[in-house]
Amino acid sequence: MTSTAKVETKNLNLYYGPNHVLHDVSVQILPNKVTALIGPSGCGKSTLLRCFNRLNDLIVNTKIDGEVLLDGKNIYGNGMDVVDIRRRVGLIFQKPNPFPKSIYDNVTFGLKINGIREKKRIAETVEKSLNDTGLWEEVKDRLNTSALELSGGQQQRLCIARALAIEPEVILMDEPTSALDPAATFKIEELVSQLKKKYTIIIVTHNMQQAGRVSDYTGFLYLGKLIEFGKTNDIFTRPKEKLTENYISGRFG
Amino acid sequence: MRQTFQDNLSELEQDIFTMGEMVCIATNRAVKALKEQDVEEAKRIKHDDKYINEKRWTIEEKCINLIATQQPVATDLRELIAVLNIITELERMGDYAEGIAKIAIKIGDQPHVKPLIDIPRMAEIAIDMINKTLRSYAERDDKTARLICKQDDEVDELYTQVYRELLAIMIEDPRTITMATYLLWTSHNIERIADRVTNICERIIFLVTGEIEENVSKY
Amino acid sequence: MDSKVKKRQLQQYIGFGILGACALFVVIILFIILYDIAVKGISTISWSFLSEPPRAGMTEGGILPAIIGTFFVTIITAVFSVPIGVGAAIYLSEYAQEGWLTRWIRASIRNLAGVPSIVYGLFGVALFVNTMSLGASILSAGLTLGLLTLPWIITTAEEAFQTVPKAYREGSLALGATPWQTIRRNVLPYAFPGILTGAILGISRAAGETAPILFTGVAFFLPQLPGSLTDQFMALPYHLYIMSTQHHAIEAVRPLAYGTALVLIILVFLLNLTAIILRYRLRKKYVR
Repeated sequence: MTSTAKVETKNLNLYYGPNHVLHDVSVQILPNKVTALIGPSGCGKSTLLRCFNRLNDLIVNTKIDGEVLLDGKNIYGNGMDVVDIRRRVGLIFQKPNPFPKSIYDNVTFGLKINGIREKKRIAETVEKSLNDTGLWEEVKDRLNTSALELSGGQQQRLCIARALAIEPEVILMDEPTSALDPAATFKIEELVSQLKKKYTIIIVTHNMQQAGRVSDYTGFLYLGKLIEFGKTNDIFTRPKEKLTENYISGRFG
Repeated sequence: MRQTFQDNLSELEQDIFTMGEMVCIATNRAVKALKEQDVEEAKRIKHDDKYINEKRWTIEEKCINLIATQQPVATDLRELIAVLNIITELERMGDYAEGIAKIAIKIGDQPHVKPLIDIPRMAEIAIDMINKTLRSYAERDDKTARLICKQDDEVDELYTQVYRELLAIMIEDPRTITMATYLLWTSHNIERIADRVTNICERIIFLVTGEIEENVSKY
Repeated sequence: MDSKVKKRQLQQYIGFGILGACALFVVIILFIILYDIAVKGISTISWSFLSEPPRAGMTEGGILPAIIGTFFVTIITAVFSVPIGVGAAIYLSEYAQEGWLTRWIRASIRNLAGVPSIVYGLFGVALFVNTMSLGASILSAGLTLGLLTLPWIITTAEEAFQTVPKAYREGSLALGATPWQTIRRNVLPYAFPGILTGAILGISRAAGETAPILFTGVAFFLPQLPGSLTDQFMALPYHLYIMSTQHHAIEAVRPLAYGTALVLIILVFLLNLTAIILRYRLRKKYVR
């Protein structure tokens, strides 16, 4: 494996029962870059994203062939521990989903399930994760209040902090701002640009302007096929495929 | 908010300063090479113009990418449009400097038909205008930008003066026509540089106020 | 106004009226029953009625043994049915893959819920009293009632699990939690109020059952309180049954029967009230 890709798929095909959802997707995701997956609804972008941490496993009748490599190792291969993969590959959901617990308990959740009990380390991680998401100053005086009392944007940043707490290598984001207002959206986008220094980020968005704003690389999916993949600047200024051009210029989808 | 985008815009601003500096240096060097009849230096200047052109394409590429990916609006949009205009002007100004260098090569070591005093003076004013313009761009100072346009009149006056002087020399001795025309071209090039500075000033006024203003001095 | 619109509005009023009347009818019936029992039973209730055993061939005295008996049987029922019921519900809702086995289990539970309570009584005799040699006892009766309650608890608990948002499960799994950690730390706490309410309601229903305990441990009359779980016992519903249909002087003990009925209803009502309060307070913690 000479590839420098952090995450890579090779001829990935995915079926939900009789539906062939992903067709022969081969893509290389570079480390410390933001990669956006765009495409019209139902094009398979979220499905592809959920292959990267095997969250598709939860859906019955899912069949996968091809490979998904994380650091060159097939995560669907024999002997791979799905729990370990999900610790290394975090996922931020479309709708902020903090647990109905305190802010503090939300951030420490990942540590606790990993059996970390050291008080000092936990406290440090909480402060660091909340700091990294710009939330610390906003919530440091009310860590024990319910996370559900935060605003939508704060909840989403809390979810990111919660994911950061277990120090993943890759962060997947599934339309992370679709439930947020523009101000909160820009905050999250800015956060994404900061986070890529330490993490590899893959973001699914139905908002191609967002893809333009935050990503270094963009992949365009249509009907389960990866139509085009390249540098965001290139995709947005001189796409090679007519289909990509039509989509990003709003001519369909 | 949108720190990354703001960083990109500041980077573009820096690029403009660099490019402006390159044009000043090229103009200064070209006039000096002409005055000192340094053909080797003139050849180097001619060659170096390609760096200015390259810089222009790099900046343009950055602008296009930002427009395509960042959906700039209002001031941000005017900023990028202004940058696109400014680099076009700067690139042309670089070409004029290169033109002077080419004249210096053509003249070679043949003696000048008149001592070069007004032409370097014109160049000095033009370069001063560029520097002031870059500063007013950095400070988003539309008042200074308007004042700079007035300075162009000085250059125009000098140009008229040089033109008459050269005309007189040519009438007196038609053998000087070729050499005198070279100098006429040179002064014309500098006059054009100053004109283009005023175009940049108009862009700065547009950038700050959002108004497109045609300025006083016209060629 | 347009006549068509008027006509539709009229239809609307009539429809609402009929449906509202149906709902009102149910409420009225409930209040008539409660009122009747309350009025006739209230005069009987006194401290001695609650704290003394029956005397003089159950024509005098109180119902203490029946209260105590019902109390212990209910506890056995709860201890037996809640863990098993919730466990089964977790399995069905969280682990079971759709397949013939799961379908079969679900069908069984549904059928179990439809079995008449007297059949549970007979089954209890066969299994607990005879086969397992527990005899006619609090234990046998409690376990029998537990079996009766199980389908109810499983169904309500499973429903409670279904109300847990998918996002909590996925959010937890995406953080690298195992399915069990996810259930224990996210699903169970969230579903807890629902499970608890379901369990209490199921048990309160069991507390009022007569048929299943008829052959498995309840006694017509016992002079003393039960000493252990293997003793026979008296129970409120059965006592009420005796007092109102089997007693040699039914008319004379009528007030006692009403008193017993009132106590039973109040007990069941208190259990239900507990369930409602618990659910309200726990829900507040989770839903803003």
